[in-house]
Amino acid sequence: MKARVTVTLKKGVLDPQGKAIHGALSTLGFDGVEGVRQGKLIEIELDETNRDDARRKVEAMCEKLLANTVIENYAIDLV
Amino acid sequence: MKSAIILFPGTNRERDMAAALKRATGNTPQIVWHGDTELPDVDLVVLPGGFSYGDYLRCGAIAANSPVMPEVIAHAEKGGYLLGVCNGFQMLTETGLLPGALMRNANLKFVCRDVHLKVENTQTPFTTAYAPGQVIRVPVAHGDGNYFADSDTLDRLEGEGRVVVRYCDAKGELTGDANPNGSQRNIAGILNEKGNVLGMMPHPEDMTDERQGGLDGLGLFTSIGTAA
Repeated sequence: MKARVTVTLKKGVLDPQGKAIHGALSTLGFDGVEGVRQGKLIEIELDETNRDDARRKVEAMCEKLLANTVIENYAIDLV
Repeated sequence: MKSAIILFPGTNRERDMAAALKRATGNTPQIVWHGDTELPDVDLVVLPGGFSYGDYLRCGAIAANSPVMPEVIAHAEKGGYLLGVCNGFQMLTETGLLPGALMRNANLKFVCRDVHLKVENTQTPFTTAYAPGQVIRVPVAHGDGNYFADSDTLDRLEGEGRVVVRYCDAKGELTGDANPNGSQRNIAGILNEKGNVLGMMPHPEDMTDERQGGLDGLGLFTSIGTAA
């Protein structure tokens, strides 16, 4: 089973990289962009077959290492 | 005073730190590899600057989960002194020993230059050698030093005198221009609740010899030497 973890900055946390991307998109002539936030995508191959167990395990990974919950949120997709 | 410096793959400031500690206290620190699971009996443990694990995932995140880290945390919990500089400060926030997080510099630039710091609290084991409000000049060299915490945490840190040093101009004014990385409230270094753990982005160890341009950083190490 594969877990796909998306880590994003919490609302209200300054994202200078997102702002820089936004600026570059505007420079390239892409109008109508109201905001850009940059995050991370982490794919994890698991030997689990039980989805609940897999989710629990990946949640623990997120809390311990993959995300810094002071500044980041995470979302887990099992695929 | 006995001290140990933890060495991680990618650490590059351990020699400067060792030289500063030797100058200030007369004793050479022991270097401890991050993969060790025991610490020598020391008064002070230092997490030095550098780019542990190539700054992968988040700066300091992987180092914070190194085999030696439970021993470092236990040392701090027993009341031992713990100093984290630059990458070491990032590790301290990642372990949760200090609140908040160090984020990408607001202007996205790696900043490498001298800054001025105002010593806000001289009643800590790390700062007794300084005068209250003293302005010192030390270098910074980082890309992720933008201190972030929620406003309740910031208020608590300030209320409890745990903001130890702030970025200021040469006159001691806490201006936006003097802030090299966008840190909230110009915060450059903070203390834990118990007062034995200090994390700071600037490098006091690199201003401890006239050949480095001055001695402004030496007081931090003589302070710990006196306290220990």
